[in-house]
Amino acid sequence: MKTTAVNLDERELVLPGNRMCPGCALSLAYRHILKALEGKVVVTVPASCLTVLHGMYPVTSVTVPCVNTPFATTGASASGLVAGLKAVGRKDLTVLAMAGDGGTHDIGIQALSGAAERQTDFIYICYNNEGYMNTGNQRSGSTPLGAISGTTPVLGKQQNHKDMTAIMEAHGIPYVATANACYPLDLYDKVRKARSIQGTRFIHVFSPCPPGWRFPFNDTIRIGQLAVQTGWNVIYEIEDGVFRLNSASEQIARSGKLRPLIEYIREQGRFKNITEEQVSQLQTSVSERWKHYLERAGITAPAQENRD
Amino acid sequence: MSHQKTGRKEEFQLIDGNRAAALGAKLSRVQVIAAYPITPQTPVTEALSEFVESGKLDAQYVAVESEHSALAVCTSASIAGARAFTATSSHGLAYMHEMLHWAAGTRLPLVLVCVNRAMGAPWCVQNDQQDSISQRDTGWIQIYARNNQEIMDTVIQAFRIAELVYVPVMVCYDGYILSHTEMPVNIPSQKEVDSFLPPFKPHTILDPNNPRNYNLVTLADPRVNAEGVLCHGYMELRYLLQEALQEARQTIIRVGEEFEQIFGRSYTAPLWEEQVSDAEIVIVAMGSLAMEAIVAAGLLRAEGHKVGVLGIRMFRPFPKSGIVRALGKARLVVVFDKNVSYGSEGATCSEIKSALYGNFCDAVIRNFIVGLGGRDVKAKELADAVRKSLSSLSQGKLNNEDPEWICHI
Amino acid sequence: MNMRTRDCGHICGESSPSIGEAGATGEWRTSYPVIDPDRCTPARQNKPACFQCWLFCPEAVISKTIPIQIDLRYCKGCGICAEVCPTKAITMVEEGNSTSD
Repeated sequence: MKTTAVNLDERELVLPGNRMCPGCALSLAYRHILKALEGKVVVTVPASCLTVLHGMYPVTSVTVPCVNTPFATTGASASGLVAGLKAVGRKDLTVLAMAGDGGTHDIGIQALSGAAERQTDFIYICYNNEGYMNTGNQRSGSTPLGAISGTTPVLGKQQNHKDMTAIMEAHGIPYVATANACYPLDLYDKVRKARSIQGTRFIHVFSPCPPGWRFPFNDTIRIGQLAVQTGWNVIYEIEDGVFRLNSASEQIARSGKLRPLIEYIREQGRFKNITEEQVSQLQTSVSERWKHYLERAGITAPAQENRD
Repeated sequence: MSHQKTGRKEEFQLIDGNRAAALGAKLSRVQVIAAYPITPQTPVTEALSEFVESGKLDAQYVAVESEHSALAVCTSASIAGARAFTATSSHGLAYMHEMLHWAAGTRLPLVLVCVNRAMGAPWCVQNDQQDSISQRDTGWIQIYARNNQEIMDTVIQAFRIAELVYVPVMVCYDGYILSHTEMPVNIPSQKEVDSFLPPFKPHTILDPNNPRNYNLVTLADPRVNAEGVLCHGYMELRYLLQEALQEARQTIIRVGEEFEQIFGRSYTAPLWEEQVSDAEIVIVAMGSLAMEAIVAAGLLRAEGHKVGVLGIRMFRPFPKSGIVRALGKARLVVVFDKNVSYGSEGATCSEIKSALYGNFCDAVIRNFIVGLGGRDVKAKELADAVRKSLSSLSQGKLNNEDPEWICHI
Repeated sequence: MNMRTRDCGHICGESSPSIGEAGATGEWRTSYPVIDPDRCTPARQNKPACFQCWLFCPEAVISKTIPIQIDLRYCKGCGICAEVCPTKAITMVEEGNSTSD
């Protein structure tokens, strides 16, 4: 049965009145991630926006057990929860590690890689708002070329971002996927699917950030969906090595074409200093990557690429 | 051979310190082990993985990719309700530093074995105590072993102590000198250890029907919860940790008494005292050096000096009143430190001075830095240092601003 | 030390769930959502349908009821519900302005 807003469980595990910015995509994503796990989960969270969503002692805004852990340790903390629960004979909880792009691509990459290599039985979700947003937007390994941030304030970021999902695919884990907070039904389905898979499962969730990316906070969904329509964010999954495009990315692959990347870039204040050359570079890499994904998905459809 | 007090049969096996530590953890029925190999600790983690893989120990062995992760695994495993253990040395301990603070602040009864090794730079794999001394502010209990029997016994007691006061315990012993040296050790039976160490009762719960969130951002001031109860500010939570360490002074002694009842070996004091009661001169040392000091004291006694030896067993919490009682009547205290708090002096010397201050103790206190990076220290050298101190004392020279070093150059 | 907070019984930072952890976050907003029942699909059909506003609300302040209810104590006024509504049934009204509701 197809998941819809109508048949989706109405129980809310994230309580209103928390500290997230208006229009926060993480907040939206987290609602649906916890719904998909029916709350039978222990979440481990490093320093991140999610820490702040969870509240301040002695009050939390989340109704599932949670273990906060230092910034670099998310993968290790999850490994400890898995080992500890196993040691005491418990099988009732999914261990969910949920970190931002900083805690995943940068400071947390070692622990995540180690956990994956050990085939640790947990779900790791990286919500990617393309910067260290909790501390006011400093550049991370996932910040795009040309983006302004607190630590790239004048020139914008000079390097391309890391493809963390490809790095996780290289670990040979049974389930690797990308999702987008602005396509919540696909995200829900993926977490639900991941729940029943054994081993390390990695889901990368694209999470637009109004204050960090500088767009109005009522625009979050439109921006997040525009990222998919222009090919900046591609929604796919790799299950036991089999690559599939999903959701809007699959629809575009079969019957549409990507919109020019500039339509996405010009909506965001963080790209106000981006150069034409950088835009062109990004467009080229998006187009080439899209071609590559189409090949992997075995989809040949009418004219996919945009010409500049 | 039967023990005098308990009548229990005692057999001895020749094992090295690392084996003693590993067996201590095994007998304590640890449930989660995460320990990254580092010289000279490596045999500990290898022994434990062998126990687990061959089915001798029912535990989860997590082959972590770093020490920082090792302690993060143990921390979360403990929160999940499992008895967790790790071992490390030197840079491995240093790499764990932030997690040491974190585990203590979460009040988890972890046990960590530190095989004392020098810190770089430059690289040095041999023994001194700089590694564990550098972590003395993190809120962990620290107990130092003088020989391999004490290593095993202390690891077992460590779990009991930790689980009573909910403070993690670091058991320290000298790399190579103890870790790789075989000594006769009486290995208790599993049944005996089970009667001493009950199952772990965590204070944390992971229950979706009663969800709790651990270690959120905490404000400076107390804050009311949803039920209107005033809860701690950061400082109150930290006060509770200090309070627990202060109370641990008595718990450590009590656990030593319980241990003696079952195993026959006494651990009822935070300090090892050898001929201190009539001593005018007291040598102070920590770890295996305290045994060497006993030999040195023997040499000096033969010359007519009234010398005693104080071995520091419990370093954190620091047994201030025990120090005052033991050293209060001494004329000269010679403290040998296998560490330096750079820019000041040896750490145990500072602690001793702080304990004695204001307690009507007239002793002159001399600090000698010895044995760094595994530099050999012989009893004769310790005795020479005491003679040198006596000579300065007779010339009217009192406390030095800076420590002296024994490098036998 | 005489600690007033000892009664809470915590020895570590252990938090419990509650709504409104950050207070009445409805006070943050400068405009609030108003639903037109003549345009709202579930309201018009009087049966569960659409519910895109509920799906996309980051705050979980919208209920899947008929009529749809929005908890204005905590609604931050982000306006996403108005943007995603397929029938444009939701309008963001500036705080301080009354509506003919």
